[in-house]
Amino acid sequence: MPSIGRGVESQPLAATGVDAPLRIVIAKPGLDGHDRGAKVVARILRDSGHEVIYTGLRRTPEQIVRICTDEDAQVLGLSSLSGAHGYLFPRVCELLRESGLEDIIVFGGGIIPEDDRDEMYGSGMRAIFGPGTTSGEMQGFLDEIIRRNSDGESDGVGSDSDWRWGSE
Amino acid sequence: MSTLESLCAQAATGKRLALAKLLSAIERGEDLAEHIPIRDYSPTQWKVLGVTGAPGVGKSCLVDRLVKAWVDEGGQVAILAVDPSSPVSGGALLGDRMRMSSVDEGNSVYLRSIATRNLPGGLPARIDGMLDALVFAGYSHIIVETVGAGQSEVRIIAVADRILLVEGPARGDVVQAEKAGVMELADIVAVNKSDLDGADKTAEDIRMSLQLSETDEGAPVILCSAHTGDGISELVEALAELPSARGATSARARERLLAAWTESLLSHPGWADALKAVETGEANVREVIEDLLDDRD
Repeated sequence: MPSIGRGVESQPLAATGVDAPLRIVIAKPGLDGHDRGAKVVARILRDSGHEVIYTGLRRTPEQIVRICTDEDAQVLGLSSLSGAHGYLFPRVCELLRESGLEDIIVFGGGIIPEDDRDEMYGSGMRAIFGPGTTSGEMQGFLDEIIRRNSDGESDGVGSDSDWRWGSE
Repeated sequence: MSTLESLCAQAATGKRLALAKLLSAIERGEDLAEHIPIRDYSPTQWKVLGVTGAPGVGKSCLVDRLVKAWVDEGGQVAILAVDPSSPVSGGALLGDRMRMSSVDEGNSVYLRSIATRNLPGGLPARIDGMLDALVFAGYSHIIVETVGAGQSEVRIIAVADRILLVEGPARGDVVQAEKAGVMELADIVAVNKSDLDGADKTAEDIRMSLQLSETDEGAPVILCSAHTGDGISELVEALAELPSARGATSARARERLLAAWTESLLSHPGWADALKAVETGEANVREVIEDLLDDRD
């Protein structure tokens, strides 16, 4: 299994400018009590050497943006299994841009039907992970984000880049 | 104006994002001494409350209650919630936030989760500078919630003006209350989970133990429940009326010095090489320390 923990130390996000783990918020928006997946993802990211802040259940988009602000997060993972992602994910992305968090990288997970995904990407998300995703794939995504960032690419939610994980 | 200077200026006017970025800068070792004054220490009026206690006694839930009470009084409250980093991967799962739902709304509360990054004493080395920044940004009540390593966790007195020790029922027999350690440094003890059996017995044991000292009246012991809300107003009142800190001045000075020493070691230009040398077996610990000390002057 690739470990990006070490890689992060030698290849920091340009924004941080120093050797540091990524700060990642894992959030559960809306009325959805299913957080097994979010907790597993949080654990995988912890084991990859990152600092993961888990929000707990049933947060509003406003609260999630507040948490990302206060925690100075570089990455946000949104999890939804309730079917309300069509409203909640784009709303969080919109609020992030309005709050000056254009640089934060947003990915999603849960039960997100294929037909809905283009709209999610269109709102600024860079990856959607469904059931069956391996920990190696998630780490690969973060590795790629870090690599692209050090090459000067901007993948934040406010960027007009159309890059997405798996699009190449 | 430099970026840091501009962040300081914005943080002072209540811009949360600027404050968050400022704290990140301090955490990664930027020197802000020029822009942020060292906070005053007043022997009578506390600003920084350290909250400590074993894992699972209910520190986060109790903090949530205190925050609500202080915000209702018109206070500006900041919390630094510390959780451990993994000694293996260096990563951390920072979960205090999920138990403090009241902090995610309103503009009167700022919560920052921080990882220990495996520093000794269970506190991140640069927490002192982060506290200066929070005082500078205008927060009236600042809580440092520790990882909860337990009895030996005394580094907290290096940074906190007062210590709240949280205990719970069924945490062992009366000898537990007699052991040396953080109990002696606590300015106030909250026995949480008073809705469960055995809490009043725990409170009584702790009171007895604290009153055995001849030189000292003993810290107040408050029975409360973060779950039901019982005893919370008594706790808030007792915290407001705390006399000067009980912790021995020598212990406080010692921990301050150790904390500052750790920080200067970590920001030493030779630190990374030293670490590598020990890791690869190129040099032993004693040689590396001697080299680092020689470099200092």
